Amino acid sequence: MKTSEQESIGGANMARRSFLRYAGLGVASAGLLATAACHKDHKVVVGGGIDIGAKGDLAILNYAYALEQLEAAFYIQVITTPYSGMTSDEKALFTSIRDHEVLHREFFKAALGGNAIPSLTVDFSTIDFTKKSAVLGAAKAFEDTGVKAYDGAGYLIQDAGYLTIAGKIVSVEARHAALISNMLVAGSFAADDQVDSNGLNKSATIAEVLPIANTYLKTKVSATNYSYVA
Amino acid sequence: MNLFNIIDEIEKFDPELNDRLNPRRAAIKNITSFGSKVAMAAVPFAMGTMLKRAYGATAAPTVVEVLNYALTLEYLESSFYNQGAASAGLIPAAGASYINTVKDDENQHVAFLKTAITASGGTPVTSPKFDFTAGGGTGNGPFKGLFSNYTLFLKVALAFEDTGVRAYKGQAPNLLGNKDILTAALSIHAVEARHASAIRQLLGVSPWITSTATLGNDTGVSQVNGNYDGEQNVTQGPVNVTTLPSISGSTTSVAIATAAFDEPLSMDQVLALLVGTFIYT
Repeated sequence: MKTSEQESIGGANMARRSFLRYAGLGVASAGLLATAACHKDHKVVVGGGIDIGAKGDLAILNYAYALEQLEAAFYIQVITTPYSGMTSDEKALFTSIRDHEVLHREFFKAALGGNAIPSLTVDFSTIDFTKKSAVLGAAKAFEDTGVKAYDGAGYLIQDAGYLTIAGKIVSVEARHAALISNMLVAGSFAADDQVDSNGLNKSATIAEVLPIANTYLKTKVSATNYSYVA
Repeated sequence: MNLFNIIDEIEKFDPELNDRLNPRRAAIKNITSFGSKVAMAAVPFAMGTMLKRAYGATAAPTVVEVLNYALTLEYLESSFYNQGAASAGLIPAAGASYINTVKDDENQHVAFLKTAITASGGTPVTSPKFDFTAGGGTGNGPFKGLFSNYTLFLKVALAFEDTGVRAYKGQAPNLLGNKDILTAALSIHAVEARHASAIRQLLGVSPWITSTATLGNDTGVSQVNGNYDGEQNVTQGPVNVTTLPSISGSTTSVAIATAAFDEPLSMDQVLALLVGTFIYT
């Protein structure tokens, strides 16, 4: 177990280096970031929480990584303990969503390498996983929040490569969100709670999103440099 | 103004263009394989401007150019749904609220973009003409009868929505760091993805695009293969995401890898897919 974990960390570091090079940050800055990563304690705040770090693309990627960790953990639980009466169609859909979220999580982990925040400990004690309505309600909240978070943080991304990848992920989150909404109320895939009168999806700031995410996290996530401390 | 003439004109100023553009040029020529025997339609002036920009070796498009491109795509979608909603007997009761929601959103996008273009100091382009059969103005294209055949209508709707998502995504880098316009564009992008998901549910196909290693298109509508080409990509940044762990093991399937990431299209790719078939003068 430990061996495979270590192997995967090594792989992630290699991936990070080439990712940063791809992203145009270059070898020199990759070295700089690697140095910063040696002082990982700057991300740890009092009380066992963590911070997404200094302003910049790495912080935004860590923000996304935190949200994807949360979503992946949620759907893993949904499939591990299916609500009563889950149909095979529903199970197939939730399994696909789980697999997408796990891959998003793994992608950010690999891309961030040594700069990644640690694995977060979740707290889903407020969600009754035995009830369909509770699971769908929570799923809608996660997906809608995810879409608003990516849309709201896009302009903070400085690198075009990262921005495009965020765009590749957010549209998949929006596809999930529309499906989950329709499972709750048929035809509510773009309802007023998420889409404004201009036909624009609502967006949310980091300081708006993290408090919501933290209600499902034992490891509280802060973004001190984006005006939010848990 | 003829599309090939535009490219020829640009080539006079940029001799290397032909080499660099060969794949794209081939793609444009392939429009004729879309089912239309019509000669390449003349390109509206606004489209010509966009194409010049898209094909030129010059700087990225301006914010206003990006917005006018988006407006053109929204004209296409809003006109499509307006005509669908006005076609008696086309949309069954079960689909009416879905289609009306999408129609209203697209019309709101048109209004919003016009306002945004004006506020950005630009002039909104006027709408080009559309042939939703993809017949280049003949009304006789491969999707003939779509306004009396609900399934066919939904298939065209889905191609527009999925292509719209790709088109907006492709423009994000051109709006880098622009808080108001990028956020608005991403917000429309997300709504188009919501629409795509919903139309897919109406058609009974998966809400996300699940490609194979060789075919991006998962809709079964082969006429729009080009609209999905590239969705089969599994490399994000330098990471081949199929090499990353999944629930079931140390790697991830192509199906999951392609469904978890939607892929962008450039302005010239999108226009090549639409001009001469769905868009004409």
